[in-house]
Amino acid sequence: MADLSVFTSASHPVRRWRRIKDKIIESILFLAAASSVLVTVGIIYILVSESLPFFKQVSFVEFITDSEWTPMFSEPKFGIRPLVTGTFMATFIALLVAIPLGTITAAYLSEYVKPHIREMLKPILELLAAVPSVVYGYFALLFVTPILQKFIPDLGGFSILSAGIVMGIMIIPYISSLSEDAMRSVPKHLREASAALGSSKFQTTFKVVIPSAFSGISSAYILGISRALGETMVVAIAAGMQPNLSFNPIEPASTITAFIVQVSLGDLPHGSIGFQSIYVAGLTLLVMTLTFNILGMWIRNRFQEKE
Amino acid sequence: MVPSFNSEPATKTESLTIDLSRNVKSRKRKDFFFAMFGLMSLLFALITLLALFMDLAMTGVPRINMAFFSEFPSRFADKAGILSAWVGTFAVMMTTAFCAIPVGIAAGIYLEEYAPKNMITRLIELNIINLAGVPSITFGLMALGLFVYKLNLGQSILTAGMTLGLLVLPIIIVTTREAIRTIPNVIREASYGLGASHWQTIQHHILPYSSGGILTGVIIALSRAIGETAPLVTIGALTFIAFLPTSPFTGEFPFLSFKWLGDSFTVMPIQMFNWISRPQSEFHVNAAATGVVLLLMTLVMNGIAIYIRYRFRRKMNW
Repeated sequence: MADLSVFTSASHPVRRWRRIKDKIIESILFLAAASSVLVTVGIIYILVSESLPFFKQVSFVEFITDSEWTPMFSEPKFGIRPLVTGTFMATFIALLVAIPLGTITAAYLSEYVKPHIREMLKPILELLAAVPSVVYGYFALLFVTPILQKFIPDLGGFSILSAGIVMGIMIIPYISSLSEDAMRSVPKHLREASAALGSSKFQTTFKVVIPSAFSGISSAYILGISRALGETMVVAIAAGMQPNLSFNPIEPASTITAFIVQVSLGDLPHGSIGFQSIYVAGLTLLVMTLTFNILGMWIRNRFQEKE
Repeated sequence: MVPSFNSEPATKTESLTIDLSRNVKSRKRKDFFFAMFGLMSLLFALITLLALFMDLAMTGVPRINMAFFSEFPSRFADKAGILSAWVGTFAVMMTTAFCAIPVGIAAGIYLEEYAPKNMITRLIELNIINLAGVPSITFGLMALGLFVYKLNLGQSILTAGMTLGLLVLPIIIVTTREAIRTIPNVIREASYGLGASHWQTIQHHILPYSSGGILTGVIIALSRAIGETAPLVTIGALTFIAFLPTSPFTGEFPFLSFKWLGDSFTVMPIQMFNWISRPQSEFHVNAAATGVVLLLMTLVMNGIAIYIRYRFRRKMNW
């Protein structure tokens, strides 16, 4: 009888080749996964290395204290504050729209709506996030602004108010979808316990479900904030692209992202200070969004450890 | 016995019942009002979506005809078309898909099937979460510095495709991982039990079974890339292009040319942005028409993705 064990032994050429092939494939797959880290390294490297020459010409103190941002003028001023103010104003208005609407929608979908209807409504709501932002820009400039002008006669064609409102509508699904997931993952026995004590649905929702899902909900808010900070086209189209250190939402203003678009549309020579200024603005934006991302991650992790 | 002695507890119970029924009533009312409120905020979102569609469609649809797709942009609003924009969108999408899909799926497979639980894996995972939250315009700045000025690829279709590819990479990685995670371990164990290697298990079982989920992610990623404007404005996509990229087919061997990768381009969102930014309202009509085309493409793609997700969820019964 022939010895079949030679075929099953680990040193058989077929098996050895398979092992080698597996190793090669594993390394290729690892490289693909690691390439995402390279992207981050690339982003940080480019933003920092292009920004450094800027700070040789403009002092950091001037950058954060000066109240004017006019890098394209013949006597340029480089104070980032108007852009940061504009960015935060737009984000704030967006959140005023998105947080209440998103949270209430989430609570309604999670606690009041029957599961099969919810499964139908959620994808429709998520279409709000799928609409290209340039289309939202059109909507803000040519639909929302004229409506707002009926209520606020002083409102000009460009304002941070209408950009912010439309941005808020745009990020409703980010907030409602994640908050709804968080609310639905609250264990059922908590709701049952609350009902057994005689609470109504409303009381259960507000005194049990929302507090227990709170960290999930707040990380949804933080995601919303970081989306709004980085949103570009809506503000570039509807907010007017004028750096303006003002807290009046009906005036035109500019944000960090809108400024970058504005400069990219002209032709600035590579290496000029105006060109470097978009990298400085981009770096400021990256630091802001990363801070919020890390904050959101921290909240989520703390929540998971508790359970 | 003194009657008043008895009557006191009686009124207490009575007032308690009245209180209770009042309380229940007021709580039911609150419940009802909150349900109405929830419905209203949901409807607000949906009606806004509807208003956006209607506004765009009413302005834009009458403008859409064959000539609109076959004409180049022009100084005259009624003669302008989106030929170079849709061809550019198509070319950029091909490049994006070619860059992002293989890398994204490979990374997803590695993280779900191979990755040991160690520092490096954790670093990669954290990085992907963070990358998904980086503003898209930052990718554009990176691409301008790296691809255009350091690697000298120019403001080309290749640069644009790679930029969008990197931008949507996290979406593909995350959905691939989710799709693979739903496959129960018994499938893997059965495959190993029959003597298959790790890669054979993935190739013959894991990938085919998760293909629905992966496809959903790919479609969502591409539909996101189609609407993306900011990073392409940053790398310097031009807003007025009256020519097409070089044809990929040539008369002589090898019949395919990749010269078009180096051509400059415009895409539909940029064309639309350009038209919105003009003061004349005739151009706004063109912008609305482009918006309708863009919106239809995104919606159809999202619809397909939702359908695939639904089909696969129903079909798979482990």
